[in-house]
Amino acid sequence: MIAFNVLAPIMVLAALGILFVRKAVHAALLLAVVMISLAVLYAALEAPFLFAVQIIVYTGAILMLFLFVLMLVGVDASDSVVETIRGQRLFAILGGLVLGVTLVLGVGQISLGTVVGLSEANDGGNIEALANILFSRYVFAFEVTSALLITAAMGAMVLAHRERLTPKPSQAQLAAERVRSYGEDGRHLGPLPAPGVFARHNAVGTPALLPDGSVAEDSLSRVLTARGTVRPAPRDVEAVQRAIDFAPDGVPHSETAPDGRTTSSSRGPGSTSGPAGPTPGDEGGN
Amino acid sequence: MDSVTPFIVLSAILFTIGAVGVLTRRNAIVVFMCVELMLNASNLALVAFAKQHGNLDGQIAAFFVMVVAAAEVVVGLAIIMTIFRTRRSASVDDASLLKY
Repeated sequence: MIAFNVLAPIMVLAALGILFVRKAVHAALLLAVVMISLAVLYAALEAPFLFAVQIIVYTGAILMLFLFVLMLVGVDASDSVVETIRGQRLFAILGGLVLGVTLVLGVGQISLGTVVGLSEANDGGNIEALANILFSRYVFAFEVTSALLITAAMGAMVLAHRERLTPKPSQAQLAAERVRSYGEDGRHLGPLPAPGVFARHNAVGTPALLPDGSVAEDSLSRVLTARGTVRPAPRDVEAVQRAIDFAPDGVPHSETAPDGRTTSSSRGPGSTSGPAGPTPGDEGGN
Repeated sequence: MDSVTPFIVLSAILFTIGAVGVLTRRNAIVVFMCVELMLNASNLALVAFAKQHGNLDGQIAAFFVMVVAAAEVVVGLAIIMTIFRTRRSASVDDASLLKY
């Protein structure tokens, strides 16, 4: 009963957390808490086989599958708050409260009598006793289960498989496409700039700075930009600017630079990495 | 141990939370997790009643529920992935073509 008293509040809190957390990954982790606690409760209810199965199948296989799909679908696929049916959330919560109160009160009213306990049924071991029932009385259901599992595996394969509609582009075609896009709209021919170059950090969330001090938007992963976990670049630009302006020897160099370098606030994100050569103000010595 | 009633009550609470989650959340994957929560809650009730009545049929039923849940998750997540691939969204509100 100690296990129950400790785990029941944790389980209810974690389950409530699934309702309220914004990110699906956090919901998956809270679900893992509920399932592991449930496994311990199975052990307390004299079901050691289900204890192992719960951990292996649920937390080991099903939750990992959830996390895999979350990774494929995109972690930032968070909930929208917009209600499509008006008042649906309110009525759902009300209905849920009614259901919960009814169930809990109803279960609390009945008296189940004395607990028989499984010590007699588990006499020769829980797994042996389960196997005896499973392969005698429930053998038909067990066989049907195999059909279900095969159907599920086939269904997953058919659904997840994607037929390729166009032939795979070869290296030569990709190169020709790049050169064509360079000739037509001047897209940079070479590889994208690496994040953090010339900036104060080389983390992937830090945009690279171009030689003129502006931000190279292309250097960031699109996913990071969409998720909003990008370091604010203007701060970097200003910090680099200050470091350049006040060199270690204490001589301010700002008067040697063209006026475009000292006013860092005017630099918008417009100047991406075009065919940007070194600007006149790019003194290599500093 | 005196009674299995607390386990049944806990199972009812978890089932309710799962049901509310299915109705309120919009992300299809979280909706799926809430379905799993409901299945787990029913499993807890089955195992508790197995102990109450002293035979193992409840545990066998819980075992079958787990098997069916595993199969259901595989197909369901594959469907969610297919929908995401065509509509670029995992929200249950966006898959609404049958409405028009």
